[in-house]
Amino acid sequence: MSVLVFADSSEGKFKKSAFEVVSYGKKIAEQLGSNVVAVTINVADASELYTYGAEKVVSVSNDQITTFNAKAYASVLKQIASKENASAVIIDSSIDGLYLAPMVAVNLEAGYASNVVALPSSTSPFTVKRKAFSNKAFSNTIISTDVKIIGLAKNSFGVHENPVSGTTESFDAQITDADLGVKSVSVDKATGKVTIADADIVISAGRGLKGPENWGMIEELAEVLGAATACSKPVSDLGWRPHGEHVGQTGKPVASNLYIAIGISGAIQHLAGINASKVKVVINTDPEAPFFKAADYGIVGDAFEVVPTLIEKLKAFKQS
Amino acid sequence: MKILVCISHVPDTTSKINFKENDTKFDANGVQFVINPYDEFSLTRAMWFKEKQGATVTVVNVGNATTEPTLRKALAIGADDAIRVNTEALDGFLVAKQIAEVVKKGDYDLVLAGRESIDYNGGMVPGMLASILDFNFVNGCIGLEIDGDAATASREIDGGNEKISTNLPLIIAGQKGLVEEKDLRIPNMRGIMMARKKPLSVIEPVEVSSQTATTSFEKPAAKGAVKLVDADNVDELINLLHNEAKVI
Repeated sequence: MSVLVFADSSEGKFKKSAFEVVSYGKKIAEQLGSNVVAVTINVADASELYTYGAEKVVSVSNDQITTFNAKAYASVLKQIASKENASAVIIDSSIDGLYLAPMVAVNLEAGYASNVVALPSSTSPFTVKRKAFSNKAFSNTIISTDVKIIGLAKNSFGVHENPVSGTTESFDAQITDADLGVKSVSVDKATGKVTIADADIVISAGRGLKGPENWGMIEELAEVLGAATACSKPVSDLGWRPHGEHVGQTGKPVASNLYIAIGISGAIQHLAGINASKVKVVINTDPEAPFFKAADYGIVGDAFEVVPTLIEKLKAFKQS
Repeated sequence: MKILVCISHVPDTTSKINFKENDTKFDANGVQFVINPYDEFSLTRAMWFKEKQGATVTVVNVGNATTEPTLRKALAIGADDAIRVNTEALDGFLVAKQIAEVVKKGDYDLVLAGRESIDYNGGMVPGMLASILDFNFVNGCIGLEIDGDAATASREIDGGNEKISTNLPLIIAGQKGLVEEKDLRIPNMRGIMMARKKPLSVIEPVEVSSQTATTSFEKPAAKGAVKLVDADNVDELINLLHNEAKVI
């Protein structure tokens, strides 16, 4: 028996979530008294995963899947899960992970819980806590099948070092034409920008900024902090910022360490989408804005005065 | 082209979420139910295929009779007919299995659903449905064109988007971008009148066991009060974020 962990990568480099799922998988393997096996696809050197407890890495190199392909990846994971006799498969609940996991579940006739936020509270029955009602609640969910698929919510468990002397073996995965029925034609991606999914810090701004021309200071603040930029729903609806920046209940979820909301009142739908962030800061002229009830720190003030000062002070802070 | 749109019946986005019976069940008391917002994008795109490309549009829900007003709303928006699979939606797998039967019987080429429902947020049904039926599948879809059997789609990825080519039969899990928010439709009086006469068939479920079960719900721990910092004292905010919260 083993606990299989999918360590996701992009262009041969591990995503941050890969270290989190391996850290998590290691702990579950201890609970279940089994070993953790990490799966990588097209990563030349997977030894980085040993640091987080992966005793064994199964490495797949295949030039048919140089970019993410959910169905083909699901087929690869099924083949390895069968070979390794996996009793649990851990996949991050990222955009790609959420695409992949339900297909793996059906392939393995396994029950699946997504957006899980903690280690199982019990292994018999196998019970996990997951996010529900758009971050307004959690549900304790039993997975009753022999094999369990766990989708791990970002930043919920954390990355924990647990160095082991691991081994890597390669696996020759079989990929059929049917697995490649969905083909990637092209990818349009801002290079060198921190994505909302990957960011430790997210700087988000709302209608309080009055117009798209005022986003310069938001971008500058994000740059100083190495943060991603995001926006509220009205801002993306108005076309001030691209849809991809919209965070909230029907936009992207945010689960960063620090979320700074500037000129966002904090509608219930917005708060639902960003609630999973650890520390929330609000800057708003209106002391009655609902965001102040959800935030950890707040400044009642005009963004056009506070933000430039904040940038200047942070620059000095970073240099010190 | 025969399109099936999966409609989830969910609490309105502004609902306060409460539980009853020792936190084991969702308390629907006083809650307004709506078409799942993600499904609305898919339904609206289906209407476009109906109007421009002559597709027929059926909507489906797996649930008990309380979900019928939501299906009627989808009919009022313009779907041709509705199917309700008469069973409680216990988990994503059970729902996917029921819908798979509907797809097989009705010979649908294109199934449009939402990326996730805003109640249980499982995001399981479309992907499971695709694997059960062995159809192609695009998750988080933000653009879709169909030409004969060929489909071009785009999906959201971290920090951008990806263009995809694939073929029918196809499952799409949509979100904002598949159509714009402003193009979402509100049923008009004529639509509502017509919806009353459109067929809504209730079919009995196939036998499937669920694979997961919710034993209880809990609410996030209550948060402490916000610490306010004076607008003239930005240094203090930086100090708190660095020394207290340890996030910068």
